[in-house]
Amino acid sequence: MSKSASWALRSFTVVNYVFLIGISVLCVLPLIHLLAMSLSSNNAVATGSVTFWPVEFTWKSYQFIIEKPEFMTSFFISVKRVFLGVVINMVLTILVAYPLSKEAGKFKGRTIYVWIFVFTMLFSGGIIPLYMTMRSLGMLDTIWALVLTHAVPVYNVVILLNFFRALPKELEEAALIDGAGAWRTLWSVYLPLSTPSLATLTLFATVSHWNAWFDGILFMNTPVNYPLQSYLYTVVVGLDTLIKSNTDLEVLSLISDRTARAAQIFLGALPILVIYPFLQRYFTKGIILGSVKE
Amino acid sequence: MPLHLMLIPGLAAILIFQYYPMAGIVIAFQKFMPTQGLFHSKWIGLDNFRYLLELPDFYRVLWNTIYIAFMKIVVGLVVPIVIAILLNEVRKEVFKRLIQTLVYLPHFLSWVILSGILLDVLSPKDGIVNAALRALGLPSIFFLGSNHWFPFTLVVTNEWKEFGFSTIVYLAAILGINPALYEAATMDGANRFKQILHITLPGMAPIIVLLATLSIGNVMNAGFEQVFNLYSPVVYESGDIIDTFVYRIGMVDAQYGVATAVGLFKSLVSLILISVSYVLAYRFANYRIF
Repeated sequence: MSKSASWALRSFTVVNYVFLIGISVLCVLPLIHLLAMSLSSNNAVATGSVTFWPVEFTWKSYQFIIEKPEFMTSFFISVKRVFLGVVINMVLTILVAYPLSKEAGKFKGRTIYVWIFVFTMLFSGGIIPLYMTMRSLGMLDTIWALVLTHAVPVYNVVILLNFFRALPKELEEAALIDGAGAWRTLWSVYLPLSTPSLATLTLFATVSHWNAWFDGILFMNTPVNYPLQSYLYTVVVGLDTLIKSNTDLEVLSLISDRTARAAQIFLGALPILVIYPFLQRYFTKGIILGSVKE
Repeated sequence: MPLHLMLIPGLAAILIFQYYPMAGIVIAFQKFMPTQGLFHSKWIGLDNFRYLLELPDFYRVLWNTIYIAFMKIVVGLVVPIVIAILLNEVRKEVFKRLIQTLVYLPHFLSWVILSGILLDVLSPKDGIVNAALRALGLPSIFFLGSNHWFPFTLVVTNEWKEFGFSTIVYLAAILGINPALYEAATMDGANRFKQILHITLPGMAPIIVLLATLSIGNVMNAGFEQVFNLYSPVVYESGDIIDTFVYRIGMVDAQYGVATAVGLFKSLVSLILISVSYVLAYRFANYRIF
C-alpha cells in the first residue's frame, strides 16, 4: 500500500463524514428552527433574529396553544383515532397475513384471496366514489370514516406475510405434531418470533393514523371533528384566524401568529419524535419487502 | 377451515371500503345528482370524458403530473444510491446508526407538518433560506410562488423528506454482497474506489434495475399530499396535478361526474403502467411481491 493511496483514503473518509453529517443535519435543522421560533418572543421572530436557538425565551406560545380548545379537541380526536385505528389495523393485518403466508397447496384459494387484496393496491374508485360511499353508510362526521377506510393496510400485510414465510417451516410442523391448530400456531409460534416485523408495522400504522389529514378534511363536515393534522392544515394554510376574543388579543400582543403557528406544528410532530427512536432499530430486520427468488 | 375463518374480517372490510366504492365509478358516466343517488341519475355515456378532452386545463394538468412525477422518480433513484454507498463506507457503527436515525426522520412527519415548516423557511420575505441567499449576495427566490421554481421546489423538498428512508433498500442490498469478494479485491490491490466501482455497484445492480422498473408504475403519481399542502392559485399553472385537479372540480366545484371521470382515467392508466412494470420486474429480476 503506497503512502499516497492511504492519504487519498483518509481524505475521502474525512470528506465522506463531513458530507454525511451535513445532510443529516439538513434533515433536522428546519425542525430545530421551528422549535427555536416557537420558544422565542414575538419581537425576536419579527426582527428575524431567530435561527436555531430561542431568542428572549418564552413559553407563552405553548401556554396559548394548550388553552386553545380547538387544538386540544383535535388532539384528543387524533389520540382516539390512533388507538382505535392501530388496534384494528394490526389485528386485521395479522389475521390476513397468516393464511396468505401459506403455500397454495396447503390453503385452497390462496391465490384468489391474495389477488382480491393486492388488487386494491393497484386500483381504487377514487375520492369522489369513496366520499359517496361513506355518505351512504352514514359515516361522515364520525371517527369510523377515519378508522375504517383503510382497516386493512395491504402494504403491511405484504410485509408481514413475507416475514412469516421467511421463518423456518420446521417450527410450524413441530407445532402441528404437538396438536396445535392454526390459531394456536399463529399465537404461540409465529407472533412471538415476529416482534421486529410487528414493531415496525405498529410504527407504520401509528404514523399513518397520526399523520393522516386529508380524510379528515374530506369526511368531516364540521371542523370540530377534525383530527389534529387536519386542524393543523387549516392553521398552516391560514384558514384559521387566531383571534377569537379580546383576551386572545391581549395574549397575541405577546406572541405572534408565527410563533403560535410554530408551536402548534411542533406539537403536531412531537408524538412521532417521541416514539420514533424506540421503534426505529427494528426497521432493517422488520421489513422484508417482497423477495427476489433465485 | 380456520384459515378461511381468519380471513373473514379482513375480507369484509376490504369489500365494504374498497370494492363497494368502485361501483361508484358509474358516476363518471352520469350527470350525477347526489339527491337522486347512484342509479337514478341521468346516464350521459362518455360526455364527461368528451368535456374533459376539450378542456385546455386537462392537458396542462396531465403534463404537470407526468413532468413532476418523472423528475421525482429520477432524483429519487439516484440520490439514495449515492447516499447508501457513502454510508456503507462508514466503518464506525455508532456514527452510521446516528446518521441513519437522522435521515430517516423526515419520512415520518406528515406533509402538513413539513409544509408548515417549509412555508416559513422558504418565505421570500422572512424565511431563513432566503436570508442565507441574501447573505451570499444572491437575489431572493419565491420558491412556492413562482411558476418557474415551484416544480423544482416540489422535487427537492420531496427528496429531502424521502431520500433517507429510500436508502434502506439499497443498504440491505449492499449487506447481501458476499464479503469474500471484497477480501479477494483487496488481495488483488483494489482500493476503496475500485471496490465501489467493481463490487458494490454491480452488487446493487439487480435492485437498482428492479426499483427503476417498478417506478414506471408511478408516472401518474406526482404526490397529492405534498402539492395540496404547498400550492396556491398562483402556481396552478405549473403545479396543478391530476389528484389536486380532481379534488377541486369534485369537492369544491361539485362537478362529481367530471371529477370521477378524471379520477377513473388516472386509475386506469396507473393500473396499466403498474401491471406493465410488475410484468417487466418479474421477467428481468424474477421479482414477486408475495
